[in-house]
Amino acid sequence: MGQSLSIRQLEAWYGTNQTLKGINMEIAANQVTAIIGPSGCGKSTFVRCINRMHETLPGSKVKGEIILNGESIYGQDPVSLRKTVGMVFQKPNPFPSMTIFENVVAGVKLNGMRNKQNLQAIAEKSLRMAALWDEVKDRLNYSGMSLSGGQQQRLCIARALAVEPSVLLMDEPASALDPIATMRIEELVGQLKSEYTIVIVTHNMQQAARIADTTAFFLNGELVEHGPTSEIFTNPRDKRTEDYITGRFG
Amino acid sequence: MSTDNNRLYESMGDKTLRYVTLLMAILVVILMVWIGWQMFSSSQESIQHFGWAFITSRVWDPVHHVFGALPFIYGTIVTSVVALIIAAPIGISVAIFLNEMAPSTIRKVVAFLVELLAAIPSVVYGLWGIFVLAPVLRQSVEPWLTKWFGFIPWFKGAPVGFDMFGGGIILAIMILPTITSISREVMAAVPIAHREAALALGATKWEMIRISVLSYSKSGILGSIMLGLGRALGETMAVTMVIGNMPKISSSLFSSAYSMAAVIANEFTEATYSLYLSSCIEIGLILFGITLLLNIFARLLVWSVARGPKGGHLV
Repeated sequence: MGQSLSIRQLEAWYGTNQTLKGINMEIAANQVTAIIGPSGCGKSTFVRCINRMHETLPGSKVKGEIILNGESIYGQDPVSLRKTVGMVFQKPNPFPSMTIFENVVAGVKLNGMRNKQNLQAIAEKSLRMAALWDEVKDRLNYSGMSLSGGQQQRLCIARALAVEPSVLLMDEPASALDPIATMRIEELVGQLKSEYTIVIVTHNMQQAARIADTTAFFLNGELVEHGPTSEIFTNPRDKRTEDYITGRFG
Repeated sequence: MSTDNNRLYESMGDKTLRYVTLLMAILVVILMVWIGWQMFSSSQESIQHFGWAFITSRVWDPVHHVFGALPFIYGTIVTSVVALIIAAPIGISVAIFLNEMAPSTIRKVVAFLVELLAAIPSVVYGLWGIFVLAPVLRQSVEPWLTKWFGFIPWFKGAPVGFDMFGGGIILAIMILPTITSISREVMAAVPIAHREAALALGATKWEMIRISVLSYSKSGILGSIMLGLGRALGETMAVTMVIGNMPKISSSLFSSAYSMAAVIANEFTEATYSLYLSSCIEIGLILFGITLLLNIFARLLVWSVARGPKGGHLV
């Protein structure tokens, strides 16, 4: 099941550059939340704070609080937090030295699972959830790099799902893909929300409109507006949101 | 017409560049073949006199005109392998530390110092081996190893200090910069996307290094080890100063020995008759052949590792 997140007064720096300036936001469980905004507005940094990946970059700093299911994520070990909060990146990044099967179960294996039958069951379940099983079931021992870009991205989604997270972060997961592969990823997001809380960063406003329950608009490291997607796109409260979605800048 | 002239002029320049570079490339090939041929023809006397027995015989007796290269081949290979066993884990660990753990100031300083090791002339290593390493080995390290691990044949026997163990250690220090700096470069080339893929799955730092960094760069790391081995096989001065220079074959690392490069350097000036000289040159030919075979083997190994799973392409 998905879990809810509440973000309080979150600030983040990269070197001396403050990329997030006090974000307060509630993210509901089992919903798709889209983060939109122009380049450099802090949307990627924001999702990377949720699984504490931002801190792995040299020169980075974070302040504030993120509560996941009633518990502060900063009180937890980042390694175990990342098993609860999975992530899919902008560019598909399967492990190049691993087969398709090994890629899917890589995270489960890190957790100590060695039983071959269990691993196979998990791989099949995850690949089915990622809508990739039918395409790869006959060549699980091929390299992950032998797949097309869209398939690689779904492989990465399967890999993230295999560890059974409750939150799935997606950082522009379709921006490197063609329209058909993008459509498949979007359909997938719609199916996955019954099991996961999904936070998706997107550059593409139509995409947000198609798949998100709520949408948040970021600008210059601030959260300008967050509300039901239909409201953001038809009746935004803030002038800056309106300017952005009508294409006046960004 | 001006454009045509222009094109003619440019193509003249390109042509010149092509022929000059081609000439240089051909020169290298000619040089290689010429050296090989020279060694082969100059060692004819010894090849015809001893045949294959030259490689299998353990006797090297210039007084009675009997020459066999086996002790030198043995000494070269054993010291090189000892060097690899010591230097490869240290070199790879240093590379991992510098790349993945160390703060950037420490990284710069240590990386510079490691590379500086490569700038020390080998005769200086040899001197250090004679005056520092050999006494320490003789007085403390080797007796300790004999006491606790003497049941292994490698560590049996009376320590002399000037032996294959010392030669291996000196070589290990000399090839460490090769292994470290090349491994470090290939690890630094691992895309950040692969590191983040592992971290985002809940990998610890070591797990991330294992599944992202090492598996991505293993062919390059293997290549660095092979380059180090190549250097160890051919190293002359430092080895001859510490190995003891006795054509013996012993299972103990604490026994004096001799290497191929060392015997050539030490004896070609004393080779007073043609069979003696020809035997020295044949040893050079064998060293040349071993290095060549090793490089071919290394290429195959790197190639097979780089291939990865079916349908894949690593690097």
